[in-house]
Amino acid sequence: MNARTGGFEFRKELFADERDDDLNEIGKRIRRQDIEGHVTGRSPFYDDHLFDGLLHMRCVRSPHHHARIGRIDTAEAERMPGVVRILTGKDVPQNLNTLLSLLDFGLDDEPVLSVDKAAYKGEPVAAVIAQTEAQARAAVKAVRVDWQPLPHVLDPEEALKPGAPTVCETYPGNAFVYHGKYDHQKLRYGDVEAALRQADHIVEGRYQMSPIEQAPIETCGAISAPEQNGRWVCYTGTQALFFSLGTASKVLNLPSSRMHFIGGTVGGGFGGKVDSIHEPLSILGAMLTGRPCKSQWDREEEMQVGAPRGAERWYITDGVMNDGRIVARKFTGYFDGGAYTRLTSYAVIKGVGHLPGPYTIPNVYADAYCVYTNRTPATAMRGFGITGVDFAIEAHMDKVAETVGMNPIELRILNAYRDGDMKAHRREAKNCAFIECCQVVAEKAGVTISPEARAASSKTGGGGERARLPAFTATDEHGRVEGFESGSYARKGGAPAAPGIPAELTPDRPSPPTLPTARPVETPPTPAPAPTTPDQEKPAARTPQRRSGAVRFSSISGFRRR
Amino acid sequence: MAKMPVTLTLNGMERAGFADPGQNLLEFLRRGLGDLSPKYGCGQGTCGACTVTIDGETQLACLVLAETTEGRTVGTAAGLANGAELDPLQTAFMDHFAAQCGYCTPGMLVSARALLDRNPKPTREDIIEAISGNLCRCTGYEPIIEAILAVSEGRTGP
Amino acid sequence: MTVVETYPTLAEAARAIGSDAAYMGGGTVMMREVNAGEAPARLVRTNDPALAQIRAAGDAISLGAGVTMSAILADSGLDFLHPVARQIGSPQVRNMGTVGGNIFSPHPYGDFAVALLALDARVTMAAGGARPIEELLRGRDHSPGLVASIDVPRPAPGAFGFKKVSRVKPKGVSVITIAALVNRTGGRVQNARIAWGGMGPGPVRGAAAERALQGQMIDDAMLDRLARTAAEGLDPPTDPLASSWYRREVAGVHLARLLRSMEGR
Ligand SMILES: Cc1cc2nc3c(=O)[nH]c(=O)nc-3n(C[C@H](O)[C@H](O)[C@H](O)COP(=O)(O)OP(=O)(O)OC[C@H]3O[C@@H](n4cnc5c(N)ncnc54)[C@H](O)[C@@H]3O)c2cc1C
Ligand code: FES
Ligand code: FES
Repeated sequence: MNARTGGFEFRKELFADERDDDLNEIGKRIRRQDIEGHVTGRSPFYDDHLFDGLLHMRCVRSPHHHARIGRIDTAEAERMPGVVRILTGKDVPQNLNTLLSLLDFGLDDEPVLSVDKAAYKGEPVAAVIAQTEAQARAAVKAVRVDWQPLPHVLDPEEALKPGAPTVCETYPGNAFVYHGKYDHQKLRYGDVEAALRQADHIVEGRYQMSPIEQAPIETCGAISAPEQNGRWVCYTGTQALFFSLGTASKVLNLPSSRMHFIGGTVGGGFGGKVDSIHEPLSILGAMLTGRPCKSQWDREEEMQVGAPRGAERWYITDGVMNDGRIVARKFTGYFDGGAYTRLTSYAVIKGVGHLPGPYTIPNVYADAYCVYTNRTPATAMRGFGITGVDFAIEAHMDKVAETVGMNPIELRILNAYRDGDMKAHRREAKNCAFIECCQVVAEKAGVTISPEARAASSKTGGGGERARLPAFTATDEHGRVEGFESGSYARKGGAPAAPGIPAELTPDRPSPPTLPTARPVETPPTPAPAPTTPDQEKPAARTPQRRSGAVRFSSISGFRRR
Repeated sequence: MAKMPVTLTLNGMERAGFADPGQNLLEFLRRGLGDLSPKYGCGQGTCGACTVTIDGETQLACLVLAETTEGRTVGTAAGLANGAELDPLQTAFMDHFAAQCGYCTPGMLVSARALLDRNPKPTREDIIEAISGNLCRCTGYEPIIEAILAVSEGRTGP
Repeated sequence: MTVVETYPTLAEAARAIGSDAAYMGGGTVMMREVNAGEAPARLVRTNDPALAQIRAAGDAISLGAGVTMSAILADSGLDFLHPVARQIGSPQVRNMGTVGGNIFSPHPYGDFAVALLALDARVTMAAGGARPIEELLRGRDHSPGLVASIDVPRPAPGAFGFKKVSRVKPKGVSVITIAALVNRTGGRVQNARIAWGGMGPGPVRGAAAERALQGQMIDDAMLDRLARTAAEGLDPPTDPLASSWYRREVAGVHLARLLRSMEGR
């Protein structure tokens, strides 16, 4: 590739024998297939669709980090010019959802429009639909909400302490429940405590990373409109079209065959456009008004309520020998999920699967928590689950290098994983290239490394002894919780409850409520797909609204509960 | 709510529409006149996705009152190509991978075109300055700067 | 909903403004409020061509309140103001934003006003009468009326310096802005005017720095002393860009650097 433009350099001498080097596209300059639309301004982003009579939806949001919602008085706002309708939680057919329920992971914990309380600043409690955006804004200001502020918690470690306010009633202990058993995700490999006792040095560190907003230039949103044959068309900026379709289908209680999703032209996502917030809202707006309806964040909302990459805090303790070999590594990690799960539960699993980084360490231990705080819920962002802990690990490697007086690049090469090594998640490492990367880095940075480090290779020196699982792995039961069913990742061993149990009703922490066994709830009948007038086309409300612990969204058969 | 009739020249054609009181030019161009090439990114003047020219100088459509453009000449990215023939900047953006998601691209191109019209041989620093009001979150500014430089130096192809 | 009224002259616009209306110049600040639905019910503006005039009579320069930053940059006679205008916003913002609007732009904006304060500009109001910009800035939150033009005395060569500290370049907003007018007699500083942005609720004079400079020769020892004391008496804000503590801590260092660069050191 042209050094002038790309700045890429191909190091084809590395692993040359593993490649045929007959690729048609890699390493060659090609035009993106969609770039002509971009440079002519014709690429159809979701907002680039004109509808006659388009309505605009804007949300009424909590000004508090944590507050009980008393009365929501929409009377004055409803009389304002241009206002067509104001939605509250009771208008949402299935007003409790968790994104990963489509993958049968986690409990429904988040309302589309909150009813009982708001658990983060900016949480929506009502949605105004008006003829112009300006009218919607004006009416939002006229909605009166009787807020009763509650104590809040903004730090994940504070949130786990006894007596901390419960952020999300679904998880009264403020931690996601893994495997129906633990308040954290565990990794146990070998015997870290014993190895730490035998190490020449103990190196400890604490690292943290702030939340990071994806900040796409196109803000999140969607436009929905009545189509023909009882269908709703939805133009969306989602990064995950079928995920958003599935989510809309679930919360609207509407088969996906009645929704026509059009997307794929995304004005930057970086993970921030998977949360599927605008699709169900705008479709609901279109259903209840019979008119095209747009839900779109302005920039301020994108920054305030758009889910960021969550904050993480990591504690690392290493046991290191004088020659630089790391014999034990122990992690305690706190992921700040914000007020609801979204994708943080998964980020934790991904992060723990990645430990202890690209190193072969015979004893590894990790406790990683997905914690609820009264912050904006966190979600995906480029490599989420990995980025924060990788920052921690690599900063820690430098600290270790300093402790044992070694060149930090050599320390990495010495401890790097190699082909055939057993990794802490009990899979053999293959196609390793970390040593080679370190060598190139040293060369580029002008850092002199020892002849041994220079001669090291990912392809040799691994396997054998290093391929064996530890003879003994120390296990424990700490962080055990009761009341959740162990068959699934975090299914509550209980019947569906009304959403948003008031905080006082929750039993003493840490044990979550013990509830009767889950009973399958029948899927309500699907409304006939005949064209209807807007008034008749009310999404079938399911009363009482229930936790869908046992109900699975079923229109995407692949995601059906097995 | 009385609407204001607005007549202006958009990309060389006389166009007319009705603007709401307080409506900004971005909304008016997009919804009123159907030119969807300028984009909304912030409504605060910060991102530059809505960049257009007014009487030849770059301005931010989100910060201009639609009704104040009566009788003026407005240019957008949709007017850069001459029929089927693309502006050399458009071709260079394609060749240099200067657009990823493409959302900032129309505004970026309007700023770049205004620069080259004013200063056909800009330095790298001139280019950086000229696009400093246009945020791009994906591509990275290097390919964009390269594409503009290539046009000013008469280079074609990647 | 915001209604816009456009008048042929500034005088008429000034008369039309009541308590329910605000004036709109280039609109770079005001339109944000319109877009956010937070603008007053009426916006008043004018097409008065006099507002965009730049006049120079010897060293007395008069800028119409509607002169844009780009118009200043296009005028080679205003070279001493170019480093100021060039650092305001982006090219688009400079094509739109006016001198008059800058005087009323809230923190962290108002870089041009900081320069005007150091230059001891005088402001002519639409309702007639002129007053020092310092006085206008002090009362700017209490509807002082519309500005028609600003008289800026041209500084002696080398006597005026400007520095904007920002995190992003180009186009970052100000963490601290400093303008300095340093006149001398016999090598000693006489009646220096130091103006700060980002060190108070709006542009403010640096009394401590001015005192410290009075009658002094500028040398390294003097600048080191100045760096330590320059922020005394100032109460800078804490905002997402920097804390009050940080601003106070680094303000003097930046002032000393500016003066050093003016000395060609
Ligand atoms: C992206 C962006 C970046 C910016 N960066 C900077 C920066 O780096 N530095 C900086 O200083 N500013 C910056 N600004 C702020 C702003 O653009 C400038 O301060 C500009 O000079 C304001 O002028 P305007 O004519 O646009 O003001 P307007 O928005 O028209 O008005 C602003 C205020 O001034 C009042 N006003 C305007 N004219 C008069 C008058 N003649 N008499 C009395 N009151 C009047 C208005 O009533 C209003 O209260 C930035 C703005 C944006 C959007
Ligand atoms: S939308 Fe106009 S600058 Fe961002
Ligand atoms: S290409 Fe996506 S913002 Fe620039």
